[in-house]
Amino acid sequence: MSTKSILNLTVNGKAYEKLVEVRMTLADFLRNELDLTGTHLGCEHGVCGACTVIMNGEAVRSCLLLAVQAEGATLETVEGLADGDRLHPLQAAFQDRHALQCGFCTPGFLMTATAFLKENPQPTDAEIREAISGNICRCTGYQPIIEAIGQAAPEVGGKPRE
Amino acid sequence: MKPAPFDYYCPETLDEAAGLLEQHGDDGKVLAGGQSLMPLMSLRLARPSVIVDLNRVSGLDGIGANGDGGLHIGALTRQRALERDAGLPARNPLLAAAVPLIGHFQIRNRGTVGGSLVHADPAAELPAVTVALGADFVLASAGGERVVSADEFYLGYMATACEANEVLTEIRVPAWKTGRLWAIDEVSRRKGDFAMVGVALWADMDGSTCTDSRITLFGVGGRPVRVEKAEQRLHGAALDDATLKEVERIVFEELEPDSDIHASALYRREVGGVLTRRALRAAAERATEGGA
Repeated sequence: MSTKSILNLTVNGKAYEKLVEVRMTLADFLRNELDLTGTHLGCEHGVCGACTVIMNGEAVRSCLLLAVQAEGATLETVEGLADGDRLHPLQAAFQDRHALQCGFCTPGFLMTATAFLKENPQPTDAEIREAISGNICRCTGYQPIIEAIGQAAPEVGGKPRE
Repeated sequence: MKPAPFDYYCPETLDEAAGLLEQHGDDGKVLAGGQSLMPLMSLRLARPSVIVDLNRVSGLDGIGANGDGGLHIGALTRQRALERDAGLPARNPLLAAAVPLIGHFQIRNRGTVGGSLVHADPAAELPAVTVALGADFVLASAGGERVVSADEFYLGYMATACEANEVLTEIRVPAWKTGRLWAIDEVSRRKGDFAMVGVALWADMDGSTCTDSRITLFGVGGRPVRVEKAEQRLHGAALDDATLKEVERIVFEELEPDSDIHASALYRREVGGVLTRRALRAAAERATEGGA
């Protein structure tokens, strides 16, 4: 068994095939092999939430996955949110509500909120608070983030999951 | 930090996985949801030279009904799948209430039931709940299967009866008795953090008299802690204020937790008693209100 493996996956609609070291995390793969540096790494052990991406529809911490475990998977990262120059409704709401200052944690919050609103399109503030409790922000005090997610909810939420 | 180098195997059958673990012994480590093992590897607290990834092994996930009304849960079942199982609250309300307390939803999306049970963090919810429920664990190896009760499974701090060549494949939960009272509660610094102290309990009643109960605390020892003296005090008694106050005192006396950076031993004993009292009251009140 080799310590390298061929990996096939789709990220933001684009298919990739790469030879990767098996010990490489998915987060490092996205950043270093695909140059998708929008996914940020804070703690690298699953606490801060900055590296959150959406894999097969579910928000996951990309630092807690090996890249090889994403074989065949469909991923969405923060780079896939905007449509050209047009911001995704969540991004626009974050800008509107000043829901970021330094921006380091923002990609993780956006991907968390994207997955959350798909599942719960009409959340209460309490539900939003719980949804983002796994993401750490050291600038905003969270309040503007909660407001932004609530503001974007009507535009983002699809049908509730059965 | 990054994980140290290892050889990676991704078997597709249980036989293949068991064979790999047989071959690599203590050098091998099973990877399931990765929500505990990956941090340990990234921090280099764990440096397995062989990883056996179970995620492509078929037949290890899913929730099913046993013939006797109990549940069998595949070890690779994601915690999120339990959380989304609309039928679970009726079939086992204590288990259903425990799952949302585990980490955050991103963690539960990947984290597996079996992974949490085998990782055996003494502050985790599922080990305590399976002990309270009297669940059995099925351990498979190249040599066959054996069944170990949750109570026998937990040996001490992050130590379990699961041998290096074994894989936890299934959790068998006995049938839930109709009318059973239950509660789970915990104290943590932040929502989603590991509990400093938690309690999972159930009580069977004959009218207002308790006939049987199980009270298991977590975060107060190296493994889930059953407070049998407190259980005995409940038996034959009503869940009134005087009894609950006494149960609180007994739990306080029965617990022997350690102090650590998160909380002192005295704090844990105090909170363990208070949480148990509150959980019993919540269980009784919920039943009075007619909720299940």
